[in-house]
Amino acid sequence: MKGLLQGRLGTAAGFAAAAVLLLVVAPAVLSAFNLGLLGKFLCFAIVAVGIGLAWGRGGMLTLGQGVFFGLGAYIMAMHMKLADASLFGGSGVPDFMSLYGSGQVPGWWEPFRSPAVTLLAVVLVPGLVALILGLAVFKRRVKGAYFAILSQALAAAFAVFLIGQQATTGGSNGLSGFRSFFGFDLQDPDNKVMLYMIAAAVLLLSVALARQLMHSRLGELLVAVRDQEERVRFLGYDPASIKTAIYVVAAVLAGIAGALFVPLVGIISPADVGVIPSIAFIIGVAIGGRATLLGPVLGAVGAAAAQSALSSTFPSFWVYFQGLLFVLVIGFMPGGLASLASMVGKRRRNRTARPLPSVPTPAAASASAPLTEGEASMPEEARR
Amino acid sequence: MRVSVDKRAFLPLAAAAMAAVLTGCGSQITDPASAGSTGSTRTSCVDTSGSNIKVGFINSLSGTMAISESTVFDSLTLAAEEINASGGVLGKQLQVVSEDGASEPTKFAERAGKLIQQDCTAAVFGGWTSSSRKAMLPVFEANDALLFYPVQYEGLESSKNIFYTGATTNQQIIPALDYLAEQGTKSLFLVGSDYVFPRTANKIIQAYAAAKGIKILGEEYTPLGSTEFSTIVNKVRDSKADAVFNTLNGDSNVAFFRQYKSVGLTADTMPVVSVSIAEEEVPGVGLDNVEGQLTAWDYYQTLDTPANKKFVAAFKAKFGAERVTSDPMEAAYTSLYLWKAMVEKAGAFDVDKVQAAADGVTFEAPEGLVTVDGKNNHITKTPRIGKINSQGLIDTVWSSPAAVQPDPFLATYDWAKDLAK
Repeated sequence: MKGLLQGRLGTAAGFAAAAVLLLVVAPAVLSAFNLGLLGKFLCFAIVAVGIGLAWGRGGMLTLGQGVFFGLGAYIMAMHMKLADASLFGGSGVPDFMSLYGSGQVPGWWEPFRSPAVTLLAVVLVPGLVALILGLAVFKRRVKGAYFAILSQALAAAFAVFLIGQQATTGGSNGLSGFRSFFGFDLQDPDNKVMLYMIAAAVLLLSVALARQLMHSRLGELLVAVRDQEERVRFLGYDPASIKTAIYVVAAVLAGIAGALFVPLVGIISPADVGVIPSIAFIIGVAIGGRATLLGPVLGAVGAAAAQSALSSTFPSFWVYFQGLLFVLVIGFMPGGLASLASMVGKRRRNRTARPLPSVPTPAAASASAPLTEGEASMPEEARR
Repeated sequence: MRVSVDKRAFLPLAAAAMAAVLTGCGSQITDPASAGSTGSTRTSCVDTSGSNIKVGFINSLSGTMAISESTVFDSLTLAAEEINASGGVLGKQLQVVSEDGASEPTKFAERAGKLIQQDCTAAVFGGWTSSSRKAMLPVFEANDALLFYPVQYEGLESSKNIFYTGATTNQQIIPALDYLAEQGTKSLFLVGSDYVFPRTANKIIQAYAAAKGIKILGEEYTPLGSTEFSTIVNKVRDSKADAVFNTLNGDSNVAFFRQYKSVGLTADTMPVVSVSIAEEEVPGVGLDNVEGQLTAWDYYQTLDTPANKKFVAAFKAKFGAERVTSDPMEAAYTSLYLWKAMVEKAGAFDVDKVQAAADGVTFEAPEGLVTVDGKNNHITKTPRIGKINSQGLIDTVWSSPAAVQPDPFLATYDWAKDLAK
C-alpha cells in the first residue's frame, strides 16, 4: 500500500507540476508569438493523446486522425466566419462566399451560427462519424493494415472533397481571417493568452482522461484486445465495441483539438487535415512512445517544436531528419523515446506499475512493458 | 489482495486548472466598428536606430512549391545585395531574415507572424500560391505590417497591407483572351488544376467568352499534382476547339503536354495558351513538348530593355549562366526596389507613412516602367503574349501598346460586372 500511495501522490504531483508549468510558467516566460506557437503544439498533443489510446493501447493504427481534427476545425471555423460576417459585415455572408460562390450561405452552414450548436457539434460530429465508422469497420473485424489504409484513404478523400468545394469550404485556401471568438476580440493579446490557457487546460484534462481510461476496466480490456483479440472474444467480451469506444474517444479529442487550433492559429486548410498531417500526428506519437501516457504528448510537442525550430535554418533537412528518426524509432525502439526512460528505470517500474498482479494475463504483462507490444501483435496479424 | 486504482485523483485538480484558465479573459467586441482597426494602435517593434534595417523573405524552400519559389528567393536575394551595394535604404543596410513557408498555407501564416512579431521586420516579401497569400493576409492586417506579393494571381482582392507586384487578371488573362480573339479564335477549351486561381480565371474567361461570342467547348479540372490526362486530351482533341486555355500548375503540365503531343495535337493545329509556364518551368515540362506553344505574362527573359539586360546579367553572374529569369522572379526583384522607393519617398520605414507615400511611386523595372496604384496597391504592367522558342526561352509575339492599369475587381469591364459583387 505504501508503494501505491507514493505512486498515486507521485502522479498527482506530476500532474500539478505540469499544470503549473503550462498555465503559469509558460505564459510568464514566453513571448506572445512563442506562446501562440506552443498553443498550436498543444493542440497536436491533444490529438496525440487520442492516438496514444487508439494505437498505442488499442493497436488501431489510425492514419486518418486529420479527418476528425478537420471536422472539429471546420465546424469552429464556419461558426467564426458566420459570427464575423454578422458582427462586421452586417450581411451575415462570409467574404469568400460572395467572391467565389453564389453570395448565399448554404443551408448546412446555418446551424453553426449558434455558439451552442457549434460547441456541441465539435464534440458530437467527430464522435458520431467515428462511431459509425468504428461499428462498420470493427464489427466486420477489419483490422491491422486494412484499417490503417482505410483510415488514410478517408483522410485523402476528405482533403480532396474540401478542395473541390471552393464556394462553401474555401477550397485549397481553407478558412482564415477570423476576427472574433465567441464575441472576444482575437487581436487582443489578453484573449490570445486566454486561448492558449484553454488549450493547455484541455490537454491536461485529456491526459487525465487518458490515464483514467488506461487504468479502468475498459483500458485493460483494450490492451487485451490489442494483444489477443480472439481470446477476449472467447471470454465473452465484444472486441468491436471496446475498440469503437476508444476510437470515438480519440476522434472526439482530435475534434476538440481542431476546434482550438482554428482560433489559435487563425487558419484551417485542406493541407492541415489530409494525409501528410495525419501521418505527422502518428510520427510524433511513435517517436514519443505510443503506449505510454506522456510519450504521445511529449513526442507531438517535441516533433512540432523541432520542426518549427529547424525548418527556418535547414528547410529541407527537417523532413529527412524526421524520416530518419521515425525509421530508427520503429526499427530499434518500438516503444519510442519514452522507453529509454523505462529501460533505465525498468526495475522500479516493474515494482510499481503492475496494477493487476493477481491476473497474470499476457495483456497485463505487456501493458506494463510496452516495448514488446509491437512484436506481440504483429505475428498475430500476419497469421490472418 | 486486489489493489483499487484511484480514479478521482485528477478531478479536483482538473477543475482547479479550468478555473485558473477562465480568469484571463480580455476584451470583448462591443463596438465592431472600432474592433476592426485595433491593429493600427499596435506599436511596431521595428528597430530603426542602428545602421541596419530588417526585411523578411518568406518563400517555400521545401515542399512541392520549392522548385518555383526558391527562384523568387534567389532574385529577392539579388535585389537585396544590389540595394546594399548601392548604399542601402535611407542609408541603412538591409538585413534579410528568411523563412520557409514549406508549401503549406498554415506554415506561411505562422512564419509571417514570426517575421512581424519576433523578428520585427520592416516589410516582408514573398508568397506564391493564392492559398499562401490568403493565409498571410489576415496576419499582415492584424499586425498592420507590409507584404509584397510577387506572383500573378486571380484578382478580386485588395488590402492596404499587401502590395501586389504580379499581374492581376486584367493584366494577364484578359489580354491573352484579347490576343486570341484578335487571332480569330472562335472556340476555347479550358483545362486547369482544381484550386482557386484556375477556377476564378475560368469564371472570368466564361464571362468574357459569353460577351464576345467565343464558344467554350469544355472546362476540365484535375487535382493539383495529377498526371493522368488521357481522358482530357482526348476530349480536347474531339472538341476541335481553336485553342486551349491552360491554367494547370506544376507537375501536371508535364503529363498534360506529353499526352497532348501523343494524341497528335500540336501548337499549329491547336495552340495552348498557358499562364503558369515560364522560362523556369520549360525544361521541367520538356522543351520538345511545349516548343511553339503560347504563354501569357508581363515579362520574358528575352525582353530588350536596358534594365532587363542588367537584371539578367547580374542574375546569371550570381547564380550561374545556365539559370533563367522569369515573370515572378522579375516581379519579386521589382517589389524590393518599389519598397525602397516608397520608403525613400516617405522618408521613413513606418508602415502608415510607406502606405501614404505608395501612390505614384515608379521604378524602371526589367519589364519596363511600373507605377504603383495607391487605390488598390497593385502596379501598372505591360501584358505580353510569348511563344516558346527552340532554346526554351520565350519570344514576345504580341505586346500591349501601353502599360495596363491594374483593375483587380474588373470594375471597368462591363461584361465582368456580375463576377465580383
